[in-house]
Amino acid sequence: MTTNTNTETILEVRNLTVEFFTRRGTVHAVRDVSFSVRRGETLGIVGESGSGKSVTAQAILGLTELPGRVTGGDVLWKGSSLVAGSDAAATVERIRGKEIAMVFQDPMTSLNPVYTVGMQVSEVLVRHMGMSKKDARARAVNLLDMVGISNPAKRLDQYPFELSGGMRQRVLIAAALACEPELLIADEPTTALDVTIQAQILDLIADLQQRLGVAVMLITHDLGVVAGVCDRVAVMYGGKLVEEADADDIYPRPYHPYTEGLLRSTPRLDVVSARLDSIAGSPPDLREVMPGCSYAPRCAAVTDQCRRNVPSLEVRGEGRRVACFNPR
Amino acid sequence: MGRYLVGRLLQGVLVVFGVTVVVFVATRMIGDPVNFILPLSASQEQRDRLRTDLGFDRSLISQFVDYIGDVFRFDFGRSTKFTNEDTIDVVLRFLPKTLQLVIAGMLVAFVVSLVLGMLSAIKPGKVTDKLLVTLSLLGLSMPQFFLAQVLIVFFSVRFGWVQIGPGPWTHVILPAVALALPAIGRLAMTVRSAMIDELNSQYVKAAKAKGMRRRRIVAVHALRNAAIPFVTLAGWEFIRALAGFTVVVEGVFGLNGMGSLAILAIRERDFFLIQTIVLVVAVIVVIVNIAIDFAYKAVDPRVKLG
Amino acid sequence: MSDNDTPQHVPDEYSARSRETEAALHDEQNLEGRPYEVTAATKGVFRELLSDKTGVFGLALLFILGLAALLAPWVAPHGPTEGSLSTANRKPVWSGGTWEFILGTDPQGYDLLSRLIYGLRTTLLVSLAVVLVAGSIGVVIGLVSGYRGGRTDRWIMRWVDVQVAFPGLLIAMIMIAVIGGSKTAVIFVLSFNGWMVYARMTRGVVLSVKEQPYVEAAELIGCSPRRIMFRHILPNLVSAISTLAVLEFARIILAEATLSFLGLGLRFPEVSLGIVASSGRDYIFSTPRLIVIPGIAISILVMAVNFAASWLRVALDPREREKRFAANVLSGASGAGQ
Repeated sequence: MTTNTNTETILEVRNLTVEFFTRRGTVHAVRDVSFSVRRGETLGIVGESGSGKSVTAQAILGLTELPGRVTGGDVLWKGSSLVAGSDAAATVERIRGKEIAMVFQDPMTSLNPVYTVGMQVSEVLVRHMGMSKKDARARAVNLLDMVGISNPAKRLDQYPFELSGGMRQRVLIAAALACEPELLIADEPTTALDVTIQAQILDLIADLQQRLGVAVMLITHDLGVVAGVCDRVAVMYGGKLVEEADADDIYPRPYHPYTEGLLRSTPRLDVVSARLDSIAGSPPDLREVMPGCSYAPRCAAVTDQCRRNVPSLEVRGEGRRVACFNPR
Repeated sequence: MGRYLVGRLLQGVLVVFGVTVVVFVATRMIGDPVNFILPLSASQEQRDRLRTDLGFDRSLISQFVDYIGDVFRFDFGRSTKFTNEDTIDVVLRFLPKTLQLVIAGMLVAFVVSLVLGMLSAIKPGKVTDKLLVTLSLLGLSMPQFFLAQVLIVFFSVRFGWVQIGPGPWTHVILPAVALALPAIGRLAMTVRSAMIDELNSQYVKAAKAKGMRRRRIVAVHALRNAAIPFVTLAGWEFIRALAGFTVVVEGVFGLNGMGSLAILAIRERDFFLIQTIVLVVAVIVVIVNIAIDFAYKAVDPRVKLG
Repeated sequence: MSDNDTPQHVPDEYSARSRETEAALHDEQNLEGRPYEVTAATKGVFRELLSDKTGVFGLALLFILGLAALLAPWVAPHGPTEGSLSTANRKPVWSGGTWEFILGTDPQGYDLLSRLIYGLRTTLLVSLAVVLVAGSIGVVIGLVSGYRGGRTDRWIMRWVDVQVAFPGLLIAMIMIAVIGGSKTAVIFVLSFNGWMVYARMTRGVVLSVKEQPYVEAAELIGCSPRRIMFRHILPNLVSAISTLAVLEFARIILAEATLSFLGLGLRFPEVSLGIVASSGRDYIFSTPRLIVIPGIAISILVMAVNFAASWLRVALDPREREKRFAANVLSGASGAGQ
């Protein structure tokens, strides 16, 4: 883990709310979420399926697709809004792929199957940096090499179906980093990959982050993934941010009951136990807006206040924020 | 790849063979073919003589074997209507007109449906889209002969041209349009729906995240993928036009193509001519089918032939 | 049936989207600044289906036309070949004719409207018969091919491929010329050319269903192949085949009309829509209505069938219903809370 010498905030998410309007009701996927990312740091966003983490990431880059819509809050990139105001659309257009880049979960479907890998990396360079095709191609070779692809010149002319899953993800990372962005958003980059490849890709991301100084927002449901790579961790549940802390602090001392439950239920190889721990109950239906804390139904430390009022995110210690009335 | 080609050619041969058999059997099995050829007033003697001449008195199998033998010697039989020309010469005389018509019409159809489909997919529900859907439906639902006639009337009356006679309009443009419209109806809808699907796919989202311009995403990324099912369907439309609809269009516009020839041959019971027409059409269809396969491979690099 | 019947589960972020929903809503300018609050739809499935206006229109039209065709002898003002030169070339009602011959008569003295109605009857009859015959043959062959697999499958599909490559219209014309233009002949010929598409689709469905574990389980218990085919595979077929059949129905109507128009399909004294159109062929400049009206009639009929086909497609596929719902919401039509 790198120590941050630079504490400039480059991305600020303020009270972001995203809703999906469907036949069966309005889904409140992201509710009043706020956090920020500093230059060069790695922030891990952890949560189970449906917690709103991917939706948040996509909303940042203006990729929210109908029937979804950002209905509240703001996202500020180096001070300029990406969501509100007349310039927002233009700003997003300008920075997408250039200053903020994103890598998605499934490398197979994220690549266009009918074009070569080389084309899909070069086009970013042509678009944002105005390079000629020849120059872009040369640079693409370097990029493929940088992400650890062997024989990069040959790979350039291959098609996605000719590459393995891990290699495809590397290609996508190469395309993302082509214009040396300041923030890389990785949305579950390893979920679709084999475990051994997972480790490789994570190492790659960590390595690139150190070398290029790019900030990384790593989204995942897997706590193990976060542990080795991230400086700070934010935990999401039911569309809300429930805890945020330095990675060093959160693992030994989780404050929010959900975080604690998550950590506890992660199977461990060194402790033999008869049963796996899990959190009782099931995730909330995001169509409902409940009166109290959304974790209340499953919480061991629940009180009446929890059921009546929604806890807000409060600072509770050095670099730590928790949304809970009864944190540990 | 060579093996694949050989395989397809073999299959093609089978097709042509099959077609020939069907036509052969159909034309000879029902009643006495001689009665169709000769007028009622012909004497029994004349009938018998013709029967022997044309070999109708022999068994079906032996007739067929002879026919195949003849074909390999490039003897396709003599046409009764075109006073004893070899039928293949007759057919080849009429073929270019049809090819010209079908190629022109289909080219127009392909381009228009790609463009319309693409534009509609970009803005579904808007004016272009609604227009497309309506036109499509009309093109799909109107019988071809009606469409052709409407075009004639419309252009003649509306624009004051009483040009029922020859001219570039009646000979090329209108017939091509008449052929193209139903094809556009079917193809444009496919392009539209394929484009919509592609625009919803993950790689488009990823491309958007990379900051690619919308125009590029649509016309380069999405279109090529949407073209994959389009190629197959476009090929089928071509074949449908060539082997079927051209008959109607040529009939209505009075053109001298294979279609008109076919009708003529059938009406006149010119057996050998009919057989040869079908043979030639079948061969062309087989060739086009193979061409479609290769076109498909050109668009989609994932395809492995054979 | 209310929407609250289904068990709740957390919607995956991506499941709220379904393909054409987004397409219909793709244009973001639509929603600029105005989020839509959509209350949960409580309409039943059927009522929602009825909200597809074109579909309902198509079905209704077909129903009316079908009824008219069925009751032709009572509905038509005259017989189809009833007339003489004395009633020839009467003008239609809107050009000064009488109500006796609403759409006027043709040069042989036959009433156009009556011929249309009788023609509709024949056309619908023949087309329906073709769909049934070709469909049955095709489905059976497809079932056998898909279920047996192996060599049987390969050979059958090869045969299908070969026959698909036949130039259909040409062969149809030739066969009709040879065996005559009776209704049976036309039905036979069009079925001969048309069964392959059913076989291919059926085989496809069978193949995909066959892979399912529950079919394997049934086999293990000892169900006979025929039982498996009927109980497990057939229901899956219904939706695919129905849509296909309706579309084929439209195509056959046009094919029959074309054949008859060319004089190589049904013939006098039969009446079909194509025949009615063809008899107007020579009078295109003098009496255009003789071809225009039948042409329009055919077009409307086929359009109605196409509308019904798309209604059916949506009715049978729940995802399509979702798309339509979203499209309704976005175009401002009162989709919810109706």
